[in-house]
Amino acid sequence: MATETLTMGKALNRGLRRALEDDSKVVIMGEDVGKLGGVFRITDGLQKDFGEDRVIDTPLAESGIIGTAVGLAIRGYRPICEIQFDGFVYPAYDQIVSQVAKMHYRSQGRLRIPMVIRIPFGGGIGAVEHHSESPEAYFAHTAGLKVVSCGSPQDAYTMIRQAIASDDPIVFFEPKRRYHEKGVVELDTPLSAAEPLHASRVVRPGTDATILAYGPMVRTALDAAQAAAEDGRNLEVIDLRTLSPLDLGPVFESVRRTGRAVVVHEAPGNLGLGAEIAARVTEECFYSLESPVLRVTGYDTPYPAARVEEEYLPDLDRVLDAVDRAFGW
Amino acid sequence: MAKGESKVGAARPPAPGPSDGAESRIPNADVPAGGFVQLLTPDGDHVDSVTAADGTTYSVDFTDEEYRGLYRDMVTVRRLDAEATALQRQGELGIWASLLGQEAAQVGSGRALRTQDMAFPTYREHGVLYCRGIDPIMPFGLFRGVDQGAWDPNEFKVNMYTIVIGAQTLHATGYAMGINMDGKTGTDDGEAVIAYFGDGASSQGDVNEAFIWSAVFNAPMVFFCQNNQYAISEPLERQTRIPLYQRAAGFGFPGVRVDGNDVLASYAVTRHALDRARNGEGPTLVEAYTYRMGAHTTTDDPTRYRIASEVESWKAKDPIARFRAFLGKQTLADEAFFAEVDAQANEVALNLRERVLEMPDPKPLSLFDNVYPNGSPHLDAQRDQMAQYLDSFEGSAH
Ligand SMILES: Cc1ncc(C[n+]2csc(CCOP(=O)(O)OP(=O)(O)O)c2C)c(N)n1
Repeated sequence: MATETLTMGKALNRGLRRALEDDSKVVIMGEDVGKLGGVFRITDGLQKDFGEDRVIDTPLAESGIIGTAVGLAIRGYRPICEIQFDGFVYPAYDQIVSQVAKMHYRSQGRLRIPMVIRIPFGGGIGAVEHHSESPEAYFAHTAGLKVVSCGSPQDAYTMIRQAIASDDPIVFFEPKRRYHEKGVVELDTPLSAAEPLHASRVVRPGTDATILAYGPMVRTALDAAQAAAEDGRNLEVIDLRTLSPLDLGPVFESVRRTGRAVVVHEAPGNLGLGAEIAARVTEECFYSLESPVLRVTGYDTPYPAARVEEEYLPDLDRVLDAVDRAFGW
Repeated sequence: MAKGESKVGAARPPAPGPSDGAESRIPNADVPAGGFVQLLTPDGDHVDSVTAADGTTYSVDFTDEEYRGLYRDMVTVRRLDAEATALQRQGELGIWASLLGQEAAQVGSGRALRTQDMAFPTYREHGVLYCRGIDPIMPFGLFRGVDQGAWDPNEFKVNMYTIVIGAQTLHATGYAMGINMDGKTGTDDGEAVIAYFGDGASSQGDVNEAFIWSAVFNAPMVFFCQNNQYAISEPLERQTRIPLYQRAAGFGFPGVRVDGNDVLASYAVTRHALDRARNGEGPTLVEAYTYRMGAHTTTDDPTRYRIASEVESWKAKDPIARFRAFLGKQTLADEAFFAEVDAQANEVALNLRERVLEMPDPKPLSLFDNVYPNGSPHLDAQRDQMAQYLDSFEGSAH
């Protein structure tokens, strides 16, 4: 079995390469994805090896990218669309919500839109406005779309391939600030043998409280668990991986054991994923809970200027503070 | 696609004939197919006037002092730009979008604005801001990451920078519609609006909608497209198969291409278009044909997508070098003047540096400021929670 140590960015690149090799109908489209290899180099080298017809530098228009990808999908292609940054998906929002999400439903199952919309998301990179947002709830709120986020290089490699292979339209959120973090990646596991795409997973077993995270916050949650362990608290960390549909079975099981749950995400708390999770955990685990489900999230403000973003973003201290509050209830 | 490389599977449309655009009377191998309005050659030779294909004659009428002023403007904005790039390299700015190479397009159009005119910039119009009398420190809040570019748009008649590509063209159009509604067009002292955008932006729906709105409502608009040949890595051919200025015809208003490295022509064409607009004659699309000499931003690596010889060929058309040659040839300025301008620009740049370094970081609780004009009890509670949380750390002062 081939394993390699890869950054998350490189793991995504390898996953995309595999998908292009495995299926001639797979095409990549987006701004600067060709010669440049994308502003984050996730598509580095792919146009060179697969040609301009399969790795397409598009005109600068997000609605155009997604709208034409719908047509390509109807024609039998499997488009992978790159949105350059989270904050630039909104010109395409209408196409995604009104068209991509509803084609299968409206056509009574006759049309499938096997599209993957890749969005580098989240903050912590010191960027100017529109480059650090976490818009996942907008999409998770939309029936007909599936939404996932990878938290490790291995998941990046496997999940991107699974998303491309899936006939569902999938919005694929990539934690851009983790692109450079490395991990060992098993490259040859057949997709059929890999963990399913829409499954959450315990990434650190524990007994005292359950921390739920996805994307960039998985690392933060693991760091918090590490710090808590030094104080004698044993936190379980679950990487949600799939945001729509949520896979809460493992979460319920965990919370019934630990009695406490803290949801962490960068997106604003108001009507975010954490609200849905808290409601469902409360419904399912009410008699096991020692405290309310708590949320550690971005504040309900626009994403702020870079020099104050560390105050806005959930970090290890804020996670531990929430754990303390859960224990102090 | 960089020049000199073969292009696979994509036949270029034939070059438009000379009658399609403005024609320079100056023989110049570097004039793009279809021509453009040029008053100053790359060698610094000046023609008094040039008549475009639609019969419009362009010329400028500057005093010697005004000519020297344009030179000073361009040198200063280039020097400030270099300082900004250096500040970014030293970790003092998060990012910088350089205007290098686009000084003439920005200073020419910026100086063409009359006091009552309003501008809607992208994120690269530092030269336009400068011409509007905005303190050069202003855009640095955004690029340093201490604020989001908060000058007063109404005070300076320049809206804030807009990063979302193309969005500002619609804002400009709406503002221009308001001018019409206020009855402030139709006279020589009417108001006009200029919207800046790039060649890449010309593909956005918003920009095309702005064209439509402006035409339908006869808005006093100048669409000023700096065609710097690239949208990050993508060359112009990824956005259009005809010269951009020709798009205007389909929307029902005039389009004109100007040599964007010629400050005089940029001024003349923009002034003419603005005056048309203020007189109630509706929108114009100006394509300023120029080149982005630097990287897209400080995070970009242009060697990945364009070849050095292309950049070199544009160096020969440098907007400042040609203007300096012009001033010399016309004996409008001497070496002492050029040295004094350099020294003064240097001083402005060093002063800027000092002030950038002193820009205070925002306070944590300022996150909650200005989300709503009328505030929000929910956010007030969140702010209090954050304050309490910060207080729980020893020695915190927020
Ligand atoms: C809606 C949107 N999509 C993508 C981007 C990312 N982006 C920033 S600048 C740029 C290229 C813009 O090219 P152009 O309009 O030619 O202007 P230039 O930067 O060359 O001045 C892109 C794609 C963005 N800012 N906004």
